[in-house]
Amino acid sequence: MKVKIKVWRQKNQESKGGFKVYDSPELNSNMSFLEMLDVINEDLTDQGEEPIAFDHDCREGICGTCSLVIDGKPHGPHQGVATCQTYMRSFEDGDIITVEPFRADPFPIIKDLVVNRKPFDKIIQAGGFVTVRTGSAPDANAIPISKEVADTAMDAAACIGCGACVAACKNASAMLFVGAKVSQLNGLPQGQAEKDNRVLNMVAAMDEAGFGNCTNQYECSAVCPKLITHDFISQLNRDFVAATVRKSFKSKPSTAKL
Amino acid sequence: MKLDAKIPSGPLKEKWEKYIADSKLVNPTNKRKYDIIVVGSGLAGGSAAATLAELGYRVKCICFHDSPRRAHSIAAQGGVNAAKNYQNDGDSVYRLFYDTVKGGDFRSREANVYRLAQVSSNIIDQCAAQGVPFAREYGGLLANRSFGGAQVSRTFYARGQTGQQLLLGAYSALSRQIGLGTVEMLPYTEMLDLVVVDGHAKGIITRNLVTGEIDRHAADAVVLATGGYGNVFNLSTYARNSNATAIWRAHKRGACFANPCYTQIHPTCIPVSGEYQSKLTLMSESLRNDGRIWVPKKVGDKRAPGDIPEDERDYYLERKYPSFGNLAPRDISSRAAKQVCDEGRGVGETGLGVYLDFEDAISRLGESVIRERYGNLFDIYKEITNENAYEVPMRIYPAVHYTMGGLWVDYGLMSNLPGLFVLGEANFSDHGANRLGASALMQGLADGYFVLPNTINNYLAGQLGNRPSTDHASFDEVEDEVKETINHFLNNKGKRSVSSFHKELGNLMWTYCGMGRTKEGLTKALELIPQLREEFWKNVNIPGEEGEWNQSLEKAGRVADFMELGELLCRDALTREESCGGHFREEHQTGDGEALRHDDEFASVFAWEYQGKGKTPLLNKESLEYENIQMATRNYK
Repeated sequence: MKVKIKVWRQKNQESKGGFKVYDSPELNSNMSFLEMLDVINEDLTDQGEEPIAFDHDCREGICGTCSLVIDGKPHGPHQGVATCQTYMRSFEDGDIITVEPFRADPFPIIKDLVVNRKPFDKIIQAGGFVTVRTGSAPDANAIPISKEVADTAMDAAACIGCGACVAACKNASAMLFVGAKVSQLNGLPQGQAEKDNRVLNMVAAMDEAGFGNCTNQYECSAVCPKLITHDFISQLNRDFVAATVRKSFKSKPSTAKL
Repeated sequence: MKLDAKIPSGPLKEKWEKYIADSKLVNPTNKRKYDIIVVGSGLAGGSAAATLAELGYRVKCICFHDSPRRAHSIAAQGGVNAAKNYQNDGDSVYRLFYDTVKGGDFRSREANVYRLAQVSSNIIDQCAAQGVPFAREYGGLLANRSFGGAQVSRTFYARGQTGQQLLLGAYSALSRQIGLGTVEMLPYTEMLDLVVVDGHAKGIITRNLVTGEIDRHAADAVVLATGGYGNVFNLSTYARNSNATAIWRAHKRGACFANPCYTQIHPTCIPVSGEYQSKLTLMSESLRNDGRIWVPKKVGDKRAPGDIPEDERDYYLERKYPSFGNLAPRDISSRAAKQVCDEGRGVGETGLGVYLDFEDAISRLGESVIRERYGNLFDIYKEITNENAYEVPMRIYPAVHYTMGGLWVDYGLMSNLPGLFVLGEANFSDHGANRLGASALMQGLADGYFVLPNTINNYLAGQLGNRPSTDHASFDEVEDEVKETINHFLNNKGKRSVSSFHKELGNLMWTYCGMGRTKEGLTKALELIPQLREEFWKNVNIPGEEGEWNQSLEKAGRVADFMELGELLCRDALTREESCGGHFREEHQTGDGEALRHDDEFASVFAWEYQGKGKTPLLNKESLEYENIQMATRNYK
């Protein structure tokens, strides 16, 4: 099979980008989408043109490095997979495939299809952890956790931090990302002590980074490569409201970041 | 060079305690006067950076990824071992230690492995406290599964994503310290060289991958936690960007490289499907708990698996190793797969594959139980191959997965270069010639959370005030060399892409230094690699510019290092005239095709010392003394 790709080229953050169309060489339908870009890049390199910059690393759907909006959809046509797990058998011979970077104000384009997702790290740094100094933990079986609670925490913890949720959202909201981390830690006994500060600090960091609000359209969970449910957004809202109320009853609300 | 492992004296059980008791300490008010650079943010680097910062040191952590959450530790599927004996099945620190030494074919350092087993329990406690969602039983306690090379169930897991969850745990601890300002995190930053001042590792040179800027960083100690070098084979289960540049450049600055030929070929990977392939995907070893491995008995049997009757199938692992069966260690399982494929009994289009069949498990337990245990792995398999493994058996074949070799370190994880510490897969010490499943996560976290934070003080205590300025002449010199290499690449304007060279090197390595190695093949590889390297430097084509994001340039530096490392790997394999673990020399095998060690000659670590460009490296040996166990022929039958 052969395809054409209409791909976003942009030299750097400051420059103005635009689409360019490239013909693929003969492809095998068992190739991954990124392998298709690899072979086009080999051609471009041989022709003396700069290869298309794109993010990738593990190529097995777990590191969250790869991105791309393929024909208008973050991570391509299939549900529950990342771009690196998308295969050419999902396309037809002769297709023109549009490939763009994740587009959201908080994720500036570095080059071509590569964007900077640093604000996600900032949000985690604000509260996406349990404070536990190395070596001070009790025996792991000292805190029993019901299988249901542990399973729900795992569902939330499956997030790979790719940012597709943000790219899919018309408001560039990061609430699925934040909701998943808050739900994982706030749902576990280990996370209780910092529950309120965690949600308040993470939401503050999210707002500060310029992510928008959720208006309940759920494009985020539809494109999530790990199928993380938007129920975690409800959980985030609930924890946020509860924490805000509880804080308001304290004589001196703590504003200190943990 | 005399390599002193500095193993504490006394009984095995008390060595670590004694080491800590005898260590020098750095007082809390002095800790903040020390700068430590941690290169890499995977399990080992992330946990080390977080823990050192908690202790009060000033830490600078660098990674080439956009975020410290991406390192390839994240892809480990199956689990993490710990001697908790929660299952009451006879496990103990000693048994985990023994299994690991035996699994490593008696080529690891006894005292290091014992310590690893000792701290393994703390890892589980630490991670559970961080909120890592380990699998649980209905009563709320932690669940375990069994893994290759062990007859107890000591593996803790989080579905098929244990590495991800442990890494995110370490990342959360690291993030807390970044938020507190105790760790300066530099993502998009690649270490391009090590700076040695008066014989001590005191800094690094980095390139900012976004801006192309070359920077100098001085420190009181440098910690490398940069993973393994399996991408020297091009096709592997490693992430595409995993590389050996940090450890290789450190080697060229004086750090000995130990046992490079100990590479692990994992038995359960999805077979190669074509020339274009960019990476191989692992199917977790945990699948071997329930899957049965077989090939047709008849050579060239092209029938569909379902049409081959039971008595015409060869469940070769169960046949050859009845007591471990499908859970035989990785090196043995991989070799057995190669053997049946070499006999012409392999399956799939290429004939390079064997079946991993769940039919029995599904009829015994029901599809829903199998789905619960391995659902995500079956999904991955489906995405890649377009086949449904609930209905037809998976096809698997061995692939490069891990490297047991790495920079030489002493008991305190310091290399022979004072001030240079090496953790996790980047060092050589704990897995001998073969690593058991679920032990990589254990080692990475043991090194980062519990070992290094107790050993680095021993070095630092005598170093207050010795941190050089980045204006020191050594920084000038190393930075000039780094820039020279980059300029060469960008101005070379040759005819071939970096990837084409990487692919050619990988093919060469796999052919001559893969699962079966011979004197003839290795000698040939030692002729071909230098030729390829010469062509690479003359003819490589790097488009783009220096002062910007340039993935071809990044890759060129990494492939240049693989070209040199590959040669050392083959030299080590040629010099080690025996078979052990993942290193199988076809000349050295028993009558029934098992690895044949020569303990009298080779019970030692081969630590290679760089002698300069174009010169044969110098071989140093550290002899392996087993005070507490008897070296034996591994027997999994």
